[in-house]
Amino acid sequence: MIPLTPERIEERLRERFPGVAFHRQTGEAVRDHTLHLPAERLVEVCTFLRDDPELDFAMLSWIAGVDWLPRVPRFEVVYGLLSLSRRARLTLKVAVGEEQPRVPTVTGVWSTADFLERETYDFYGIEFAGHPNLTRILLPEGWVGWPLRKDSPLGYEEVAFTHNTPGRTKPDPGLKKLAPKKVRYRAQ
Amino acid sequence: MRSETLTLNIGPQHPATHGVLRVPVELAGETIVRAQPVVGYLHTGMEKQAEYKTYTQSIPQTDRMDYLAPLSNNLAFCLAVEKLLDIQAPPRAVHARVMLTEMTRLASHLVWIGTHAMDVGAMSMFFYAFREREKILALYDHVCGARMTASYFRVGGLAMDLPADFLDRLSAFLDTMPGYLAQYEGLLTGNAIWLARTKGVALLSREQALALGVTGPTLRGSGVDWDLRRDMPYGGYEDYEFDVPVGTHGDAFDRYLVRLEEMRQAIRLCRQAIAKLREIGPGDYRLRDYKYVLPPKEQVRTSMEALIHHFKIVAHGFFPPRGECYLGIENPKGELGFYFVSDGSPKPWRMKVRSPSFTNLQALDPMVRGRLIADLITTIGTLDIVLGEVDR
Repeated sequence: MIPLTPERIEERLRERFPGVAFHRQTGEAVRDHTLHLPAERLVEVCTFLRDDPELDFAMLSWIAGVDWLPRVPRFEVVYGLLSLSRRARLTLKVAVGEEQPRVPTVTGVWSTADFLERETYDFYGIEFAGHPNLTRILLPEGWVGWPLRKDSPLGYEEVAFTHNTPGRTKPDPGLKKLAPKKVRYRAQ
Repeated sequence: MRSETLTLNIGPQHPATHGVLRVPVELAGETIVRAQPVVGYLHTGMEKQAEYKTYTQSIPQTDRMDYLAPLSNNLAFCLAVEKLLDIQAPPRAVHARVMLTEMTRLASHLVWIGTHAMDVGAMSMFFYAFREREKILALYDHVCGARMTASYFRVGGLAMDLPADFLDRLSAFLDTMPGYLAQYEGLLTGNAIWLARTKGVALLSREQALALGVTGPTLRGSGVDWDLRRDMPYGGYEDYEFDVPVGTHGDAFDRYLVRLEEMRQAIRLCRQAIAKLREIGPGDYRLRDYKYVLPPKEQVRTSMEALIHHFKIVAHGFFPPRGECYLGIENPKGELGFYFVSDGSPKPWRMKVRSPSFTNLQALDPMVRGRLIADLITTIGTLDIVLGEVDR
């Protein structure tokens, strides 16, 4: 078996989808092969990746959302694909804007996407257009807000005797901007 | 005549749901029309919490995900961070990790065989399996002071060295284990009730299993020859010899055979690891790169530099480069993976857990449709889910 190189996957995709702007993510510590692509073409590309006998990405392993506040576009949906016959992994990324966070569903390609997309919706409020049952999954149905967004607080339950501490109040619910993380030292 | 379906609620508090799983079942008589699991009762927001903690502080969290296999979770977490940092643990730590992870596989499968058999009526199996599991937990206790929440692995190695007599105690236990496994087989494999409850029940075809993203023994039971330890080796498994059992029918009985054989292979792997550790002898149990790993305590007391490193790591954590990575390992339940996005600060920008139980649970509905309600209990058992990991 000839191992499937990341270059070969990219070449094959560009051959098949000449009009799609694939963009390979590079960086200091991007350890996996990661391709960015526009959300409109996601389903076609995924179907091809699954059905192409050479690539054979039979399994969708995981879906993750990432909130890049204050970057624009704000969100990313990350798809982790696995090809069992070629022993290869591929990460696909789709950028999603803040105004109307919406991505087409891939439940039609891999049925496992059902729970995985519901989880991402639950955490980030990203809608998966065409999903058969897009409801909250881990959080209670009546939950307000999207907990894994960066402007959602970690959890501010009133602590006992808080009334004795002047100036200690709950955070502003309308909080939009994220305060930068406190980093005092930085590695060279 | 008008016929209606009946909705019966099972769980969240029900002994056969292995935790707090709720399954509202739509029934036509005794036949299941639909069974969509409802999860989230144990959700503690581990992914959110990790964004507010340094990498090392998240290790105890991972123990509480799949609480039947704490050290496997530790391993997945540490290996993913090591991949992000591009560092490797020293050989002694690598083989100790393999040894302890395989013990964990043994312990996790023991709980599975005990509870699964009890669910379908073989009460005594539970006591036999828990007897052996307790011995493994005592070994955990000996190695790190905790029976279940071990938190023993660290990024770059182990928290502390293995106790001097540990290898002897473990080999003594491993020598008794094949006899016990034969005992379990004697109780179950030819048992008419066990066969009636598991053969041809909870069927999952190869195609369904792949589309549903099912992993681990459940996938192999459906005839897919896939094991990450062999096919995408990680953490030293490339130096080990073992067989991957694969089922043919994709029913609960095949998955039972697969898991039973995996227990035998785990014993084999443990023995290989013990031999390797004996060969290596005493040595470094964690990396000497003090940018990422705590220096030894003796050095902290005598060297100024070590003291500075100690304080920096304890107070701020280590600083991975900007980037991202995913690493999946073969947990007893399936593929457990961690996806990290790092912004260069000591806390992950995003930590995503790819949990095998969560993904495998989706197979419940297709496996029970059109089957009898009694088969639902077998199906929940054969999927081997842990709700701590489903909900995280």
